[in-house]
Amino acid sequence: MAAVAEPAPVLTASQSPASVAPSADDRAAERARIDASARTPVLLFFLTALGWLLIATFFGFIGSYKLQSPEFLADWPIYTYGRVIPAFNACFAYGWCSLAGMGVAIWLMARLCKAEVKFPGALIFGALFWNFGLGLAVVGILIGENTGLEMMAIPRPAAWMMFIGYLFVGITGAALYRQRKHSTVFISVWYLLGAFFWFPWLFFTAHVLLGQPQLQGVMQNVVAAWFANGLNNYWFTAIGLAAAYYLIPKVIDRPIHSYNLASIGFWSWAIFGGLTAMTKLSGGPVPAWLVTLSISSQIMLLIPLVTVGKNFFKTMEGNHHMIYHSPTVRFAFFGAVIFVIATAINILASLRGADSIVHFTLFGTATNDLLLYSFYSMVMFGAIYYITPRLVGCEWLSAGMIRLHFLGSAYGGATAVAVMLCSGIAAGMRGLDPDAQFSQILYNTGAYLPGRMIGLVLVTIGHTAFGLHFLLMLLRIGQPAGQPTLFVSPGEEDQH
Amino acid sequence: MSRSSYLFAGIFGSFAISCFTLVLVPQMQIGGVTEHVNEDEGTRYPVWNSRPGREVYIREGCYYCHTQQVRDVQNGSDMERGWGTRRTVARDYMFENPPLLGSIRIGPDLTNAGAKGWRNEPATDTSKPNRRDRMWQLVHLYDPRVIVPASTMPPYRYLFTEVKRGGQPAENALPIAASREGYEIVPTAEAVQLADYILSLDRTSPLPEAGALKSAAPAATSAPAPAPAAVEKK
Repeated sequence: MAAVAEPAPVLTASQSPASVAPSADDRAAERARIDASARTPVLLFFLTALGWLLIATFFGFIGSYKLQSPEFLADWPIYTYGRVIPAFNACFAYGWCSLAGMGVAIWLMARLCKAEVKFPGALIFGALFWNFGLGLAVVGILIGENTGLEMMAIPRPAAWMMFIGYLFVGITGAALYRQRKHSTVFISVWYLLGAFFWFPWLFFTAHVLLGQPQLQGVMQNVVAAWFANGLNNYWFTAIGLAAAYYLIPKVIDRPIHSYNLASIGFWSWAIFGGLTAMTKLSGGPVPAWLVTLSISSQIMLLIPLVTVGKNFFKTMEGNHHMIYHSPTVRFAFFGAVIFVIATAINILASLRGADSIVHFTLFGTATNDLLLYSFYSMVMFGAIYYITPRLVGCEWLSAGMIRLHFLGSAYGGATAVAVMLCSGIAAGMRGLDPDAQFSQILYNTGAYLPGRMIGLVLVTIGHTAFGLHFLLMLLRIGQPAGQPTLFVSPGEEDQH
Repeated sequence: MSRSSYLFAGIFGSFAISCFTLVLVPQMQIGGVTEHVNEDEGTRYPVWNSRPGREVYIREGCYYCHTQQVRDVQNGSDMERGWGTRRTVARDYMFENPPLLGSIRIGPDLTNAGAKGWRNEPATDTSKPNRRDRMWQLVHLYDPRVIVPASTMPPYRYLFTEVKRGGQPAENALPIAASREGYEIVPTAEAVQLADYILSLDRTSPLPEAGALKSAAPAATSAPAPAPAAVEKK
């Protein structure tokens, strides 16, 4: 059952393993060379991502607690709610999500294109620059230097510094693609290539446009909404799906169910996913057609929802026992299921009737958390569990710690999101009644907040376990290489 | 074209469609909006709000809980709540850099927080203040729960200082007891600026595209209200 160590790359439905002739030893040696070339930068991405994840957890905790106890840390300006929340967003989206994503994307690209990273130093430089820029951004927000634009709150100089850091990563990614050894391009590579190009275009365009005096008034909010939506769909989701498309077939050792479905899923996501942004401004001071167009595009996301979802479920069919064995599959498949759920909720919530109820409530925060945490972050966790042993040369020390991480992140995250979804619906329904006291609506929905705190405590436990485990891996404290750390070894399961 | 070229063209094309449709076309439509000139009264709307309190509002991230946009009746109860008399449109924000639209209402909408007749209580509520003046705003910033017991707004005590009381209370001293005997609580310049900014928010001026050219300011009720002086101590 050493599926993870299986040497033959399970890539496409069409590509037969026999088409690449080298012996198993040659292929293993090639993979070792590729991993060695990517080792230092990818581990640096993971390590710094984890650091930001822990900082984000801390800010998330403070922010959430302040919603129910506004007197908590009230006399510290840097911890006021309006600064903690953008700081949390920056640490989470640009720290954890982006850095983990870049590490995973570079490693996947190198492996899938069978190309070595020529200039690991460039990646290290990029990672350091990004981290430095982000550090400045978070400090800037905490001392009150946010831009005033909710979805692009990072101070502009810090944002440009991060962008320069990214360029080293993006160029490396594109270079790996150019060096690829075989002509068939695996579906994960489509998403990765998309992410590597979409992100800089999006980032550059949005930030340059915001510097133009012609972009007056509400157009700035339009650009910010477009940017935030692009970040979710063209950057995080693209990397998340790339990783899930790689990890699940690889670990369970069978090809993806249907390549045509994967292709339809990719293109429909690329086209409609880029047009859904203005549901964020539904009911707002923008032309009505813009919102209508975004709602229709949101509905069209049914196509990727069904095709991507069906592909994952069909690929897993008959292999669900792998969820009990392999940490990677458990995390990645959980993420894939949540991708389907999150997309479905986003479609439903964008419809005008539903939107007018939940639009200005915590519902929107919850759906964003669902996408970025319960889908994307879970897939990234799975990817890090898969990749790190290949870079450090030993396996994870303890299945128990991985299990603890999964319990905390999966159930804690789901609890926090579910509670916020409910509180959003409750507040929204109550808010329809103009005779309901506004403060009382919030006070009543405050009853949900302890549930969110419980979720966050679980998440914190999970992240702490993950952080410790990763540090042990960096110190090469783990199981001997060769056999992946599984939750249940196949022998044990037979006795059940 | 090779397969790679198709892939790359598709990636670029989808991005270009997104950027063109959601950014360039709206820019052509609302990017060049100009002031509305009321020929009868010779007034122009909107006017540039240069109050420094706006910077304090941004710095403290007020827009993470307070929106500044009023939706049309079919999209919610914004207007019935007393937050505005018409929906807000792009023109309302043409001088704002950036507009502080907000996306979550953990607090009430502030689009028209300084307008006559703005309210955040049901129309039938007799305990609502008939006027939210500067002192009301300052007390509310210092300790929101003195005024609204169920409020979840953070207190901004760090925008106030305690000073030794002179012969008689300072003009702007809050009607709240200081922590030390013989001292009083006075707002910093920033607190006053913030209060004045909130009180300057008024987007009730009629605009043709917002579907409200009739002057329909909500009637200010004259119910007796607790003045801030009624809240001597918490």
